[in-house]
Amino acid sequence: MKIRAQIAMVLNLDKCIGCHTCSVTCKNVWTSREGMEYAWFNNVETKPGIGYPKEWENQDKWNGGWSRNSDGSIAPRQGAKWRILANIFGNPNLPEIDDYYEPFTFDYAHLQTAKLSQTPPTARPISVITGKKMDKIHWGPNWEDDLGGEFAARSRDKNFDDVQKEMYSTFENTFMMYLPRLCEHCLNPTCVASCPSGSIYKREEDGIVLVDQDKCRGWRMCISGCPYKKIYYNWKSGKAEKCIFCYPRIEAGQPTVCSETCVGRIRYLGVILYDADRIEAAASVADPEDLYEAQLQIFLDPNDPAVIEEARREGIPEAWLESARKSPVYKMAIDWKVAFPLHPEYRTLPMVWYIPPLSPIQATAESGKMGMNGIIPDTKSLRIPIKYLANLLTGGKEAPIVTALDRMLAMRAYMRGKSVEGTPNTAVLKQVGLSEAQVQDMYQIMAIANYEDRFVIPSSHREAVIDAYDEKGSCGFSFGNGCSDGVSKPSLFGTKKQPAMIYVDAPKSRKNTAEEI
Amino acid sequence: MDYANYLVFGIYPYVALGIFLLGSLIRFDREQYTWKSDSSQLLRGKQLRLGSNLFHVGILFLFFGHAAGLLTPHWLYESLGLSTPNKQMLAIISGGIAGLLCLAGISLLLQRRLTEPRIRATSKPMDIIILLWIFVTLVLGLTSILFSLQHQDGSVMLLLGAWAQHIVTFRAGAADFLLAVPLIYKIHLFFGMSLFVLFPFSRLVHVWSGFAAVTYLTRSYQVVRQRG
Repeated sequence: MKIRAQIAMVLNLDKCIGCHTCSVTCKNVWTSREGMEYAWFNNVETKPGIGYPKEWENQDKWNGGWSRNSDGSIAPRQGAKWRILANIFGNPNLPEIDDYYEPFTFDYAHLQTAKLSQTPPTARPISVITGKKMDKIHWGPNWEDDLGGEFAARSRDKNFDDVQKEMYSTFENTFMMYLPRLCEHCLNPTCVASCPSGSIYKREEDGIVLVDQDKCRGWRMCISGCPYKKIYYNWKSGKAEKCIFCYPRIEAGQPTVCSETCVGRIRYLGVILYDADRIEAAASVADPEDLYEAQLQIFLDPNDPAVIEEARREGIPEAWLESARKSPVYKMAIDWKVAFPLHPEYRTLPMVWYIPPLSPIQATAESGKMGMNGIIPDTKSLRIPIKYLANLLTGGKEAPIVTALDRMLAMRAYMRGKSVEGTPNTAVLKQVGLSEAQVQDMYQIMAIANYEDRFVIPSSHREAVIDAYDEKGSCGFSFGNGCSDGVSKPSLFGTKKQPAMIYVDAPKSRKNTAEEI
Repeated sequence: MDYANYLVFGIYPYVALGIFLLGSLIRFDREQYTWKSDSSQLLRGKQLRLGSNLFHVGILFLFFGHAAGLLTPHWLYESLGLSTPNKQMLAIISGGIAGLLCLAGISLLLQRRLTEPRIRATSKPMDIIILLWIFVTLVLGLTSILFSLQHQDGSVMLLLGAWAQHIVTFRAGAADFLLAVPLIYKIHLFFGMSLFVLFPFSRLVHVWSGFAAVTYLTRSYQVVRQRG
């Protein structure tokens, strides 16, 4: 047994209102730079839809994730090592920028400088790459927001496999849910496995997957390797960049920016202990429907004395073990089994988990139009098809999803009995296999969702790792070469000096100002 | 004229190699963040896969072909039963094919870099200089084949080999071998050596990493590092 700890995340989709606050705060902090305008470490998609980049879930097209060989071993779906090296001159599985969107700004100046005309002036989009005017914006990180676009295009969504999707095209039967997406910080990441220069790594202490910017050579195999398409190629710097799980904040015991700013309080962060020796076996099980349960098997019980003893022996700090016992992620994923990994069939063993959304059925159930299963509504007659959720979260297996939704309904029935009718409804708990203590804890964490219950993050005691005295007077947060920004001033090795590209088409007077800046 | 010859083929090779090796080392040590292949595939994938594959396969063959052809001692291939005229013919045919593949590839890449608006806008001057420089060197090399066909005994090839071997073994008088060699070879040599000068200042440094990437084959898939 090799015990490792990871900070994992759970997103309660039942409460996501699709406000994009997570995306915007993340963008403002991490990717508001040239070369990364098109990249969203966090974006919120409306499902059903093909998403961003287009059809990212369709691995027949992009070949992301892992595939299982006939001998039971697994290899990246885009090819084993020799195949990846053979593709190094031209990656056949790389999305083009149009699959994301060509980054743009608007010609705002025209609104003020336009001559008198019959029609009001418009601010046309200007490509940030070429500086030229664009005819049309074709795609974006939330292009299908709130079911934007026609059903025929949206329904190419891979999660509609094995679903009779035609009936959901009618207005009365339509359904939607929000899916905030970020890097999954997988236990078995394909991006790491695909990197020819070994620049991507998983941190031993907290499981965060990072790209070593100095070692990245821009071979771009990670971008096609990641089935979630959450590694981006910075077209300006020529390096791969990805969600860093706000590691400077995590190290200080603070939640990630997307979690901190979530107005719906849907995000949870907590420690998970797992057995690193069992990763390969768990990722290699034959039936994709078993992958969710296989991943559950490698998580360790933080209350088990044997686990605690072994973890101490391997040097996991006491604060981390304490946090693991209080981890909301452990409770939701393992204890109550209401959270699930995103697309376990990719065999990456993702560590950002999702609670399936429930809300759409409640209204129908209460209006008496829905079949009942004992005391709680029958989840089989949900507005969102169970099969759709199963394709998204359990590799197609419906039973765990039904159990989770039943438990969430039972929690509501129990609490309704307790606070409205004055008698807690305990019968319903037996039906879903929960104890009263468990359901009260569930209510506290999932419904009330206090800050300290959502984020149980031990600080990583960096003061014990680095002698901070040596850092005194240094240049702080920088890449690699000390205080160098990577570009020599009289450009010996670096890029040509130029004003921001958006000014290329601007009037000469403005162009000059841009250069002066 | 002798002095110019000595300067270009006796001194300049060492200057070029020195800049190539020291420049690479310093850049790797000081500015590793700038050390990259600088792929533009994301911005426009069309043409790139065919062009880049043809170009890289061609130029890798040419690189190793030149290294083996110029630096193999004369007695070694003679003892292997390969006569000088046959060796020259082998070099002309294999190098000619690889050169044409490479030419087709670099033409596609050049056309793409100069005419695709996104690629043009994001190109650094050095990206274009390097492509043009390789293009010219390649065309000169292919043109020299026509001259080689006029003297099939391999005498010029032996002179060029002797020059290269003297250079890399630090023996005096290397430049003298080239006095009688036709001008086209000399120009090709100059352009070729200058590529090594440009190397550390351009994206060409990714060649080092390309060779290093072969170690990926022996690595385990997953990489776990302790926090630094």
